[in-house]
Formats: sequence, structure tokens, C-alpha cells
Amino acid sequence: MTSKARRLTIEITGVILTAIIFGIPFYFIFNMASKNSQEASLMNISFPEKFLLFDNIREVILADKGIVVTAFKNSILLTFFSIVVLILVCSMAGYVAQRRSGKASPFISFLILTGLIIPPAIVPTIWLLLKLGIFKTMFSMVMIETAISMSFATLLYKGFMATIPRQIDEAAMVDGAGPLRLFFQIIFPLLKPTTATITVLSAVNIFNDFVQPLYFFPGAKNATIQLTLYNFTSKYYSSWHLLFADVFIITIPPLILFIIFNKKIISGMAAGAIKG
Amino acid sequence: MTNTTRRHYNYLFLLPAGVIFFIFFLFPALSSFFFSLTRWTLTDWTFIGLDNFKMFFSEDSLSIGFKNTFIYAFLTTAFKVVFGLALGIYLTSAIRTRDFLRAIIFFPNLVSTIAIGITFNSLMHPSRGVINQFLATIGITGPDWLGNVHLALLSVIGVDVWKGVGVATVIFIAGISAIPEQYYEALSIDGGNSFDKFKHITLPLVRPAMNSVIILALIGGLRLFDLVWSMTKGGPGFTTDLLSSIIYKQYGSGFYGLSTAGNVILFLVVSAIAFPVYRFLNSREVDL
Repeated sequence: MTSKARRLTIEITGVILTAIIFGIPFYFIFNMASKNSQEASLMNISFPEKFLLFDNIREVILADKGIVVTAFKNSILLTFFSIVVLILVCSMAGYVAQRRSGKASPFISFLILTGLIIPPAIVPTIWLLLKLGIFKTMFSMVMIETAISMSFATLLYKGFMATIPRQIDEAAMVDGAGPLRLFFQIIFPLLKPTTATITVLSAVNIFNDFVQPLYFFPGAKNATIQLTLYNFTSKYYSSWHLLFADVFIITIPPLILFIIFNKKIISGMAAGAIKG
Repeated sequence: MTNTTRRHYNYLFLLPAGVIFFIFFLFPALSSFFFSLTRWTLTDWTFIGLDNFKMFFSEDSLSIGFKNTFIYAFLTTAFKVVFGLALGIYLTSAIRTRDFLRAIIFFPNLVSTIAIGITFNSLMHPSRGVINQFLATIGITGPDWLGNVHLALLSVIGVDVWKGVGVATVIFIAGISAIPEQYYEALSIDGGNSFDKFKHITLPLVRPAMNSVIILALIGGLRLFDLVWSMTKGGPGFTTDLLSSIIYKQYGSGFYGLSTAGNVILFLVVSAIAFPVYRFLNSREVDL
């Protein structure tokens, strides 16, 4: 075999294997979500007799007085507010942490590392939220999501700050910019690439988070989409088509983000990993 | 540092992040060390010394989580390193569908873990599932992937690797792409084959990327909860229980002190493994 033919064989094998291993599970979701109840209970990947995807989605959205709609609303609010707080507080923290390399800096690095490594303490957090009277509130959820994503975001900002020359700060200081103006008008806009990376990665992570809402945001009116999906597994045990219609609709937002920000997400993940 | 710069780089900029981190992360973590030593109803506690920890290691249904957590973390890490490196090498070779394949392999990472758990629960169904249906067509009777006590944990590990190998792959791709082309050319001139290239150039020079993959996969594996909960809830029996699922079960049963003891054990396990590995990784990167 010539080397060109060999290379082609390797390439085609790779594409076929990837399509089978990674494609079939996603095709399966789509397929199940498009079937009627009886066909779906067979769990195979044959074509549906009638394409019912949109009917199934409608039925899921209307189920339980529109809990999926409430859940989407809650998840989007949670994601949005967490990202706003995260970006605001972490950009400031990463900025000073990089610019000042005093006695505090090993301590800051240690705290960042702790946040990256240690899992959250569950029951003590619930106890604290109860004491503060903010258990099961959107505010406490935003704070918790911010706290657990904080180390990663601060680390990315700190890393990117190192590429912004100090001369820019000095020029602004000479021109008479105060501390707030220097940061918010001069530095923060320069951090835009990192802000974009953090926005996209956190959007996916917080939107997909199951563990935190499970512990800290229980109750029907507090539904988030991951919790609702999880609760559907017991409720819709025999209605696979509806369960998968729900799986399908919550897979769409990350898919759209990924199609738009493919490069940003992949390089952000790789960069964050290597620095972290 | 002059007074102006000190004024401008004010430590007050750290305050909002510091306050949120302390209240919602650090304080609960530190107080868990106290509450793990109590019988606790959230409103009232009785100090009972190390009883919770003794119970954790004497009850088989609890201590199995300790063992499984190690198995889970080490196996997922090992598979992610091996497959991630193989895929990284494949995707940095001269193929035209590179970006497309990379995107497909990476995508499962962005999908909700619960959704993936549900999907594989169906795919792994013992009689009707697609996997066993496929095996049946080639004459193999597939096992009960999630119902067999010896296999269930491995099945969940397999799904974790399927979902997470994309991150390992992109980290390896970044590492491999950073290796200068001249090294490979020099080896070709000296008559080295592809295996020599792998052994003497790729493998040693991809070490920093490999360290990142190892540390990320270890931390993720030790802390994992959502996948195992959506696939098996720790069953059959307690054979797929991890520290994290035991923390949840004890919390659900109202044993708050015991649940917190599980949390402290998880802290200690993660720290005992992650901090030294991290230190080791950093000390090596200075040499490079």
C-alpha cells in the first residue's frame, strides 16, 4: 500500500470510529426524543414511524404546569447573575494579585489552590445559609456558584494580567487616574479576551451544574433544569420519549455555545488546565 | 513600591472576592472539621469525638465508598491519559478532518452529566440497550452493565472516560503542538522510526501536558458525584458508592454529623493526593 493510501485508510477509520463512539449516543438522544411512547420503550435506533420531536417537546414544556419553563428561567438567571458577579470580583482580585507581589501573594496563591482542589463542605454550608436566613434563595445560589468558580476565574485573570505591561498603568497614573478609574476604564477593557473565556466556560458549567442546586436550592419553585431532568427520571420512568425530549432541549444551549465559541472554549479549557 | 502604586493597587480590590470566598466556601469547609465530631441536627449538636469516623471505617456500606473513590479516580485518570495521548497524537498528525474530529470528541464535555447518565442508562440496558443489541448481532451475549456487581463501577468509569477524554485530548494536542518540528526531523535523519519518535521525543516532551491531565482527572475523579448518582445511585447494593454519594445519602437520611465526617474524609483524601502532585508538577516545570 502506498503511504497516501495508508494515510487515507487511517483517516477514514478514525472518522468512522469517532462517528460510532461519539455520534451514536447523540443520535440516540435525538432519535428517542422523536418517537412515540411505544417505539421509545424499545430503546433502539431505528427510524421513528412518525417524526414527533416537536410534539414531545411541547408535551414536556406543558408538563407539571410548565415546570420546565420555570426551570429554564431559574437556570438562566442563576447562570447570568453568577457570571456577572464572578467577572466583577475576580477581575479585580486577579488584577491586584498579579500587580502586587508582596507578602500576601503566597497566601493568595494558596487560597486559589485550595479553591481549585477542595470540594465544597455540604452540610456546614446549608447550616450557615439557614443561620443567615438565605437558604433556598437565588442570592445564596449565586454566591455559592461564584465561590466555587472563583479560583479558576481569578487564576485566568491573574495569568492574563501578566501580559499587560505596567507602563500602561503608569501612564494612566501620571495622567491622574485614580485607583478605580485606572482599573475600570483602563485595565478592565484590556481583560476582554479572558472575560470572554470565563463567560463562555462558566455559562456551560453553571447551566449544567447539578450538585449545588440539589443541595442548596431544593423545592419545586426553585427548580433548575438539571434537577428537573433528574426528577423526570423517576416520574417518567416509562415515558422515555418525554425524558429524552427533555434531554434534547437542555443539550441545545451548550451545543449552540459550542458551535459559536468552539475555538474559545477549547483553548480556554486547555489554557486553564495548563496554568491551573 | 511607591505610595502611588500602593494606593492604586489597593488590597481593597481583593475584598469582594475574599468575602464571598470566605463566607460561602472557606468558613463552611473549616467548620466541617468541628461538626464532623458531633451528632448534629442542624439546630443542636452533641460532641461525640471520633465516633463518626470510626463508624465510617467499620461499616462496610460506608467504607466501600472510600475504596471505590480511589479505584474510580485512578482508573479514570489512567484511561484519560492513555486515550487522550493516543487521540492527541492522532489529531496532530496530517489528517484533514482534524478540527472536526476534535470538536466531536470534545463536545460531550459540555453536555449535562445527568443527560449523559440517562442516555447511557438506556444504551446499557441489559436486554434492549443498543450496546447489547449490537453485541447480539455479532453473537455475543452482553452483560448487565449496570446491574452486575463486578461490572457496574467499571461501566460508570467507562462513561466518565467517554465524557472527559476530550479535555485530556485538547491538553495533549496543545502539548504536542508545542514540540519543535526540528526534533522529529533530526531523529529521522538519524534513522529513527515512528516508535522512536514517540518514545524519545513526544513522550518526554509532553510531560507538562500529561501532568495537567493527571492532576485534573484525579481531582475530578475523587470528587465525582453527578454521573454515578444519575446512573446507579450507588447500586447495585453499595458497589458503586463513592465518598460523594455517601455524603449525599447520609445527608438525605438526616445524619448530618456523619455526612460531614464523610466530607472531611473527602477533603483529606483530595488534599493528600492533589497538593503533593501539584507541588511535584510545579517543581518539575521550573526545571523545564
